[in-house]
Amino acid sequence: MSASDTLAPDPAAASQPAGSGAVPMLSVRGVKTFYGNIMALKGVDVDVYQGEIVTLIGSNGAGKSTLMMTIFGQPRAREGAVIYEGRDITKVPTHEIAQLRIAQSPEGRRIFPRMTVFENLQMGAAVDGFAHFDDDLRKVFDLFPRLKERINQRGGTLSGGEQQMLAIGRALMSRPRLLMLDEPSLGLAPLIVKLIFDAIRELNRSEGLTVFLVEQNAFHALKLAHRGYVLVNGAVTLSGSGHELLERPEVRAAYLEGGKH
Amino acid sequence: MAQIVDTAPASAQASESVLAHALKDAFITGLVALGLLGPLIGFETVIIDGALGLNYRPLVLAVMVGIIFVGRLILNLTVWSPNRQPKIRTGPTVFDRAGAIIGPVVKPALLAFAICFPAIAVFWSGGLNPSRYLVDLGILILTYVMLGWGLNIVVGLAGLLDLGYVAFYAVGAYTYALLATSQPIHDFFAALVGEDFWSNWAFWFCLPMAGLFSGLWGMILGFPVLRLRGDYLAIVTLAFGEIIRLVLINWVDFTGGGAGIASIPRVTFFGVPFERGEDGFAALFGLSYSPMHRLIFLYFVILGLALLTAFATVRLRRLPVGRAWEALREDEIACRSLGINTTNTKLSAFATGAMFGGFAGCFFAVRAGFVSPESFTFDISAMILAIVVLGGMGSQIGVAVAAAVMMGGMEMLRNLDFLKEFFGDAFDPTLYRMLIFGFAMVAIMVWKPRGLVSTRDPTIFLKEKKSVSGDLVKEGHG
Repeated sequence: MSASDTLAPDPAAASQPAGSGAVPMLSVRGVKTFYGNIMALKGVDVDVYQGEIVTLIGSNGAGKSTLMMTIFGQPRAREGAVIYEGRDITKVPTHEIAQLRIAQSPEGRRIFPRMTVFENLQMGAAVDGFAHFDDDLRKVFDLFPRLKERINQRGGTLSGGEQQMLAIGRALMSRPRLLMLDEPSLGLAPLIVKLIFDAIRELNRSEGLTVFLVEQNAFHALKLAHRGYVLVNGAVTLSGSGHELLERPEVRAAYLEGGKH
Repeated sequence: MAQIVDTAPASAQASESVLAHALKDAFITGLVALGLLGPLIGFETVIIDGALGLNYRPLVLAVMVGIIFVGRLILNLTVWSPNRQPKIRTGPTVFDRAGAIIGPVVKPALLAFAICFPAIAVFWSGGLNPSRYLVDLGILILTYVMLGWGLNIVVGLAGLLDLGYVAFYAVGAYTYALLATSQPIHDFFAALVGEDFWSNWAFWFCLPMAGLFSGLWGMILGFPVLRLRGDYLAIVTLAFGEIIRLVLINWVDFTGGGAGIASIPRVTFFGVPFERGEDGFAALFGLSYSPMHRLIFLYFVILGLALLTAFATVRLRRLPVGRAWEALREDEIACRSLGINTTNTKLSAFATGAMFGGFAGCFFAVRAGFVSPESFTFDISAMILAIVVLGGMGSQIGVAVAAAVMMGGMEMLRNLDFLKEFFGDAFDPTLYRMLIFGFAMVAIMVWKPRGLVSTRDPTIFLKEKKSVSGDLVKEGHG
């Protein structure tokens, strides 16, 4: 189907997870995004299937976060389309995209610093109308017991790792079908990175949550992910299963050698 | 190892060099002061035999330069000394601890004081009529408390810096002034209900209208500034405030221009006018007539309006919309990605804040009985914003205290006559009012940069209440 056709120059693209169905949950098609006159994304194609963990790796300035934000309509794609569950969301306002149960933990975490942990989590549930608030709160606290200890503490006074837990927890409060995480390992100690990645794996395994993970920490991300894409200068240069990509010499040379941490 | 052995002489050397450096720095400062003050203070123009001549004041100059030299030296050796161990403070300050102890008592005590204030004023000044000054001052303070609370919704909660808040105050005041003095409306009600109906009831009908119109104008301002933030937003709102004032001045046919609108109907006790006659308030309640009845009633009207503002704010903060305002102030992008419609959130904040400004404006018009564009200058906006910032953004009680201190303090500074005892009769204390006021502002900005009440109480708690000092939160993040 068209998904593999558009990625035709890339041999690894054909490797899709077995039994994921033909129609991707999220499909980014030929997206071009501009900052002023500068083209940040030069026609990107990415597919995320139901139940997968897909990671997007790349170096600084490759356009990883731009792609993530473009999916959320901020900035908008000037060309191409973002299709989510069969619906074109390219021109849908950001807050309405969030209401389609795509949740995002943005780059730099962006928690509300003067609000407490509890209030931050409440903000996450705003989309859902607080219908399942108590259940979801319990789930988040099971996943990150540390947050429960800090429940009445201000977001701004948490440590970096705790803030990341809060950002992910806040995203989960909206009962997402697709969770998008932008560099959850940024600036965190290796032990905390492991904790966060374990939590993501657990979410995917036990609840079948689909995860789209943008990472610079290529080694961890590719080990975690079912499939991965490599973004270079605003274009996807490689894709394939996580293990395949880990073995690719180009990937090892560019993102892993000397930086295996 | 050598370094460790060397430390003792090194520190002695260091303290010597500190003294030398302090002296050198103080000497240079003294020279600069001499250069600056030489012409400014050293010379005095005098008229000698009808011609302009120069007088020299070397002694005064020497004293001034001496003060600056010694002061700089002392500062260098103490506060600015490199050997000084900076005090590292963790946890709440003395102020915060004191606040935690007296905190629960403050609100009821202030409320009780506000309610009893007219009685206290009458008792204090020894009679109904002499209490006029105090009650007037109380009304003035409460008006600013209300305006501060109204602006607090926009600036403190939603984080939208609004420098043109006076515009909504003006819209409210002119709404009342124009509707209450309108002849067609008067005639309409005269034919329908009775001759005096409109002048007696105008305030009570126009109060909600004023809020409504101001809220509408808040939305109208809101639309063009939706995409703006920070400084740019401040400039546009500043311009908006000026535009409203200029329209009021120049649209002479409609607003009466610079001459304003006079003889606006006075407030009534729900339709009963405060008059001397048989239908008046005093006769109805069997009191002897006093013009103070109206003033005291006005005091309670503005108290009620202010409390309504506070109550609405407290309730709104607990609702999703209030939470969304606060989240918007913290991080707009995060808000949007959590599915919050930031457009509606911003507009609702502008409209709500403007509505309370409109109520206050309507009250202003009925109290003064006269409105003109002169009453709605940028000074008022600046004053209200200063109250909100000094009080601590988002804090109800802080804003109330700041309003009382600012407005009451300004009035108190008018009564500085006792200073004449120290400086002689030629000393005019009113001239120093703004100077002292300025010092107070600087002092607050130095010691309490986040305002008098800088903690933000969470709106909801699971187990225990914990308030974290604003000092511990990163600068620029609230």
